[in-house]
Amino acid sequence: MSIENKSFRPKIVAFCCNWCSYAGADLAGSSRLSYPADVKIIRVPCSCRVNPMFILRAFEKGADGVIMCGCHPGDCHYSTGNYYARRRMTLLFSMLDYIGVENGRTRVEWVSAAEGVKFSDTMNSFVEKIHSLGENVRLGDLRCRN
Amino acid sequence: MQELINRAKELLDNGTVARVLGWKAGDLPYDPEPAYFETAESLKDFVYNGFCGANLSKYMIEASKLEGKTLVCLKPCDTYSFNQLIKEHRVDREKAYIIGVGCKGKLDIEKIRNQGVKGIESIEGAEITDEADMLKIQTIYGERSVAYADAMLERCHVCKGKEHKIFDEQIGESKETKDGERFDEVSRIEKLSPEEKFAFFQKELSKCIRCNACRNVCPACSCRKCVFDSNKFDSSQKANVDSFEEKMFHIIRAFHVAGRCTDCGECSRVCPQGIPLHLFNRKFIKDIDELYGEYQAGDDTDSKAPLTNYTFDDAEPSIVGKRG
Repeated sequence: MSIENKSFRPKIVAFCCNWCSYAGADLAGSSRLSYPADVKIIRVPCSCRVNPMFILRAFEKGADGVIMCGCHPGDCHYSTGNYYARRRMTLLFSMLDYIGVENGRTRVEWVSAAEGVKFSDTMNSFVEKIHSLGENVRLGDLRCRN
Repeated sequence: MQELINRAKELLDNGTVARVLGWKAGDLPYDPEPAYFETAESLKDFVYNGFCGANLSKYMIEASKLEGKTLVCLKPCDTYSFNQLIKEHRVDREKAYIIGVGCKGKLDIEKIRNQGVKGIESIEGAEITDEADMLKIQTIYGERSVAYADAMLERCHVCKGKEHKIFDEQIGESKETKDGERFDEVSRIEKLSPEEKFAFFQKELSKCIRCNACRNVCPACSCRKCVFDSNKFDSSQKANVDSFEEKMFHIIRAFHVAGRCTDCGECSRVCPQGIPLHLFNRKFIKDIDELYGEYQAGDDTDSKAPLTNYTFDDAEPSIVGKRG
């Protein structure tokens, strides 16, 4: 895939759960699948660990998009963590949409440890989406821009 | 009101309760404030009128730690908050003697002022026993009259009903005040374009002075330690330094009470800047109702809150984009 407009390098934060998605990212790496370097991965013990404030903080500090990846529902290492995370994120994304942050800037994907291909595809499509949306001028804290 | 005072005196005298939690007259005719009364004599300052909008259920958290029972006057909408606090083990039902007081809609002094009424000296018609549909206001410029319905708080126009959810006894009549749908404004904003939504909230929230009144008054915000008091947090207790902080504060504040907010409307009532803060809480309530089934916090004391619950086939977060 190709990305037009090389001058804009989006900052993308990906919260990946330790047990599935982070291992999925590892697999993508060892399988030599590529995804843009704009994605910065933060490893969390479980998708449920992602406090809604983490996502707001990421936007505050200048992220253009935030994606959260976790185990598929039903496969959580802690049995039920991602079910709670799913409700929380649905409400948070709906609220962000409500105050005018484009919905495309937030996403949740379920990626298992065996899905290196899905991880790379997801990141590629997410980065492409952020490219089309452009810089996040609405929520960025101007002081944190360099 | 006299009936209420007499009953309170009776209960104080026979030792059923050690104190009364109600409202006492303020310096001005429209600012009664929550107060404790420990003796029958002090009850002469007790008032209960249209301006007694304050939700007293949160005061019961501290009152539950005191010796003896506390008589607390709760309006129908306050009883939802009280139920919610029981559910969260923040108040002790045994320490409370609840008198469900009647309500015919509470008044908002700002709405009266916005109709050009200045220099208010006294207000007639705000008493709970008054049947008048008009308020007679004596001002230094002469007499003015304002329709009761036009001076009501926003929350009373979308009242949840005049039924007390929890009480030991009931005193006073209520009058139905509902004349609007509570999600109308939320639906209107949802239909705007992202630019318009952002401009709307930017305009409203930029008024925020971070006085934390909305947090302090909220019956659902009852944590002993609050994230907003932490110095390590960007939105800690201080003035905003950039436009994002106020949004972050209000989203987090509303998120913390999502699924527990009874929509009592206290946040909007106390906001000194007149920010319609209930729009955030109602958005969460609307989403919860639509996605996870109708839920009214405080309706009972044993149901599971939506955010501490799940089903296997909950909607995926991508539904937000699909709903449009």
